[in-house]
Amino acid sequence: MFDDFIVRAFAAGIGLALVTGPLGCFIVWRRLSYFGDTIAHSALLGVTIAYAMNFNLIIAVFVVSCLLAISLLFLQRRTSLPDDALLGLLAHSVLAIGLVLLGILSFIRIDLMGLLFGDILSVNFTDVLFVWIGGGVVLTTLILIWRPLFAGTVNLELAKAEGLNPDLATTIFTLLIASVIAISIKIVGILLITGLLIIPAAASRNLSSTPIQMAIISSIIGVCSVVIGLQTSMIWNTSTGPTILVITLGVFILTLLPLKKLLISKKKIRIVR
Amino acid sequence: MNNYLVELNNCGVLRNHKWLVRGVSLKVSQGEIVTLIGPNGSGKSTTAKMSLDILKPDEGTNNIKKGIRISYVPQKISIDWSLPLRAIDFVNLVKKHKTSEINDALSITGIKHLIYEDVRNLSGGEFQRLLMARAIAKEPHFLVLDEPVQGVDYPGEIALYKTIQEIVKKINCGILLISHNLHVVMSQTDYVICLNGHVCCSGAPNTVIKEPEYIKLFGKNIDPTLAFYQHDHDHEHLPDGSIDDSGRDS
Repeated sequence: MFDDFIVRAFAAGIGLALVTGPLGCFIVWRRLSYFGDTIAHSALLGVTIAYAMNFNLIIAVFVVSCLLAISLLFLQRRTSLPDDALLGLLAHSVLAIGLVLLGILSFIRIDLMGLLFGDILSVNFTDVLFVWIGGGVVLTTLILIWRPLFAGTVNLELAKAEGLNPDLATTIFTLLIASVIAISIKIVGILLITGLLIIPAAASRNLSSTPIQMAIISSIIGVCSVVIGLQTSMIWNTSTGPTILVITLGVFILTLLPLKKLLISKKKIRIVR
Repeated sequence: MNNYLVELNNCGVLRNHKWLVRGVSLKVSQGEIVTLIGPNGSGKSTTAKMSLDILKPDEGTNNIKKGIRISYVPQKISIDWSLPLRAIDFVNLVKKHKTSEINDALSITGIKHLIYEDVRNLSGGEFQRLLMARAIAKEPHFLVLDEPVQGVDYPGEIALYKTIQEIVKKINCGILLISHNLHVVMSQTDYVICLNGHVCCSGAPNTVIKEPEYIKLFGKNIDPTLAFYQHDHDHEHLPDGSIDDSGRDS
């Protein structure tokens, strides 16, 4: 059944959305939105290297993203610059390095639009496998480090004091983001992946009252958006990645409606002082 | 260290060429309340963090007994608005508890009715009670309380301090307490350490209050209450335990 490119597109998109949901929640909670962007910027360098050395694209992007993530952790400990300044520094210098390298290796022809916006309709069976296996590993790891990561997100010192290892969890989490961005590159592209990480989580925030709920609803919203987005893009013949994101935005706007009030009005509402 | 839960040996923390605190030694054993007092910026929280190994001392050594359960009530926590977090989730933050245990801990601190409330809807005092409840639920061997009652109303403050004493008795843990309430410190503590960038003086409450260093820091104006503390201390072991009233009568 994977012969059909539509089936492959659905499989890849749904697999990716399942992972970006919970991961995106942590990105929102930890205020790391710009971090996803930074890693995405480094993807061009990864892609260039992959083409130059005739190497697997996803793995090359993953390696470069990881190196970037590690340099960020290193810089955070060695300088007193704020995180957003460091991220800006890294994002644009690594993008520039990618462009320079691409200029030197003039024999490489990169489909820039494809890189920026992805092309979910062109994913092959190997890509689908990467999404599901890679995604499975990412989700499993996230569940395993959930407690120290979440406790450290709420309060780092408290988590450290009480014997968890939030620093290790944070490092692993950073690598998870790098992997998801590498996986997603063919599906939604580097410009839009941050959107797929953040918008479902943001929409989910409006509907949930516990962290786990928010992570699950975020996944559901992501999957629904992929399904609706793919179908819409086929009906109207629009580019798929952006259409999916427009749908997530639509869901986000829907969640702003006072639906929740209607839903919880049955429970007792305590007056907030 | 052996029978000590936590031991600091001549510890100091250096930040930007300035010693935040230096030369601190302390020991906390089971069933004992050790209190840190001192003006703002005197290194109380820094000392507490060294005893939790959040901060590594730049000189001296900090030893924490291996394998003990630790609970920490930090001075300040701010929950990000993007986090949906109910009181029960917060209690389960570091370790998952049974709902009955959570209910018990929340009733001890008097906020059982708020178990499913979003933490951002809690008032400052209620949140402080939640922090305490979370710390208690873990049944720690070593409990660090950094100004645990800030923002709690006066009756609540008395009740919470009473609770702290009860916890020590019940689960026999060691407590490192930072407090500005000298009443409580002097009446309910086993050992007092007076900090001001270094250890000014330390010892049992009734010896510390006679130290010239202590009087220099906290002034003589608290003298009238000294009798009050000691009176409290006399009545500490009475079963009815209405400490304040007996204090006022004198």
